[in-house]
Amino acid sequence: MSQDQRTESAPGGAASEGEREALLQIEGLRTWFHTEEGIAKAVDGVTYTVRKGETLGVVGESGCGKSVTALSVMQLVPTPPGKFEGGRILFRGEDLLEKDLEEMQKIRGNDIAMIFQEPMSALNPVYTVGDQIMETVMLHQGLDKVAARERAIEMLKRVGIPSPEQRVDEYPHQLSGGMRQRVMIAIAMACDPALLIADEPTTALDVTIQAQILNLMRELQEQEGMSMLLITHDLGVVAETAHHVAVMYAGKVVEYSEVNELFARPHHPYTIGLFRSLPDLASEGERLNTIPGIVPSAFNFPSGCRFRTRCPIATERCAAEEPPLVPLEEGAEHTVACHHLKEALEL
Amino acid sequence: MSTERSTPMIEVKDLRKWFPIHAGVLSRRVGEVKAVDGVSFNVGRKETLSIVGESGCGKTTAGRALLRLIEPTGGSALYRSTPDAAPVDLFQLSQEEMRARRDDLQIIFQDPYGSLNPRITVGNAIGEPLAVRGIAEGSELQDRVEELLKLVGLRPEVANRYPHEFSGGQRQRVGIARALALRPKLIVCDEAVSALDVSIQAQVINLLKDLQDEFNLSYIFIAHDLSVVRYISDRVAVMYLGRIVETGETKQIFDDPQHPYTKALLSAIPSPDPSKRSELIPLTGDVPSPINPPAGCHFHTRCAVAEERCRESYPESVDLGAGHSASCHLLS
Repeated sequence: MSQDQRTESAPGGAASEGEREALLQIEGLRTWFHTEEGIAKAVDGVTYTVRKGETLGVVGESGCGKSVTALSVMQLVPTPPGKFEGGRILFRGEDLLEKDLEEMQKIRGNDIAMIFQEPMSALNPVYTVGDQIMETVMLHQGLDKVAARERAIEMLKRVGIPSPEQRVDEYPHQLSGGMRQRVMIAIAMACDPALLIADEPTTALDVTIQAQILNLMRELQEQEGMSMLLITHDLGVVAETAHHVAVMYAGKVVEYSEVNELFARPHHPYTIGLFRSLPDLASEGERLNTIPGIVPSAFNFPSGCRFRTRCPIATERCAAEEPPLVPLEEGAEHTVACHHLKEALEL
Repeated sequence: MSTERSTPMIEVKDLRKWFPIHAGVLSRRVGEVKAVDGVSFNVGRKETLSIVGESGCGKTTAGRALLRLIEPTGGSALYRSTPDAAPVDLFQLSQEEMRARRDDLQIIFQDPYGSLNPRITVGNAIGEPLAVRGIAEGSELQDRVEELLKLVGLRPEVANRYPHEFSGGQRQRVGIARALALRPKLIVCDEAVSALDVSIQAQVINLLKDLQDEFNLSYIFIAHDLSVVRYISDRVAVMYLGRIVETGETKQIFDDPQHPYTKALLSAIPSPDPSKRSELIPLTGDVPSPINPPAGCHFHTRCAVAEERCRESYPESVDLGAGHSASCHLLS
């Protein structure tokens, strides 16, 4: 990767389509956990945007704060020990952090829905899948029982569950993992949300089932024009599904870009290291690149740039000063938080 | 390397593990789950054979039955400790003889949290096999433990710490050190890197490769992550519902897959390159239950090219040359 490539690159996103309107804007969000051992700054200044009809992929390793950010949007973070220490979560221009419980309950399920990694624990084992979809639409859309049951069958059909008229009366344990995740999607989609938050939706599934679920999510998104916030540790899933990507490390976004641009021209040393450690991209016999060390603890992040303890090009400046997330060049969509972009490109 | 591999270190033939199903008040045996149903493979010296497949295909059971951590129902596993040694059938050994053989045959588990006893220091966990086998004791044992810790990239001082003080990647290193303690010849790695983050996973994969070079280890690498498998293996066996459907050199399997299941499985891997969003060969439905696998070819219920004969008989393995073979009617 050379300097030339960087300057000649037109931001890929701008080339593909015009700027779409923002649906969800997270600005400088801080979600901390106050525990007996100290303060865990799980989310500590996160900024990203999900546009209408688009998928934002959020990637990062365990403990980087990607799930807590999503739970903060839904306000499902247990408080205490969790506490919002700053920032805004703008959904359609309104700050969700200023909504009261009742207003949030209307937004959850109706406007923003969420699916989780483990479909078995997210479904209630003592209710049929039909009951669980019906509960959602009866509560949020005020349908009566008969209409709700019809809606449940229709939803099961839409997420590709065979013979939905029978499945609607089955219990979660009677379904396979892939089918359960389809049911979760059916529940989430039942009220036509504007934003679907999917937290590692396919991590527990086999690869052939994962492909089915990702396809389904893409199709539903195209049909409904829904926005999606996809949280995953799998760079392959992001590459196949997302329009934009935010890379998180130690409670912060370190790089944000359109997906093709990011994979072609990663700039942050962490992003570069992450890509290089993928066995897919390594050629035969080549040793895998590794990022030395481990992710720092949220109780005790390093000063300055949090990646500096594992970064091959860190300097004293990195310890003293926290790098801001800034555009690569004037007006560029691609933003990076690193003091040494030039050196990073030579990695 | 080809000469070394000409006499395989381990030859597994027709390995079967059936679990009985009991039902009713009298707990009568009403059938069995054929978790592994006639699996054959060889592993050469310093070779890595990967067994891949989706959950429930029997790959983990095959690995454990081979080491007799669960008793196999049938088949044989001929093991030669050196190329000239007379082969021993592991499945015919008494419990005690098998225990001695496990010096050579070790396993690393998936879950670095569940596989270490939280009340035992990692030093003791690593030293335990040496103490049990009476190989080292006292300060000699301590020295060996420190040496093993250094070997897997941990500081020797950590020997007195407990597992909860370690991260997932570090625990997996402890598991590897313990497996190495008796200088084994073969290690079964059962999803050994699946639970780790990608940057940590790369560290552990590199470590496994280095150790293989240093000690001429053979690996049976059981995994569902095909990109890791492609990187680490010499040969690959693809399992579906208790049987191997295709086996060959890594290149043959990934560049020229022949079985429709292998093709579909490979196409389902999401590529970390957005410019090549993959051409998906859709597999509809789920893996059928191994209690009652479909008649004929087990895969025919999900296969896009299945014909009448696929519903009637299980296909023989077809030799495609150069060590590549697949069980599909359409290839014969």
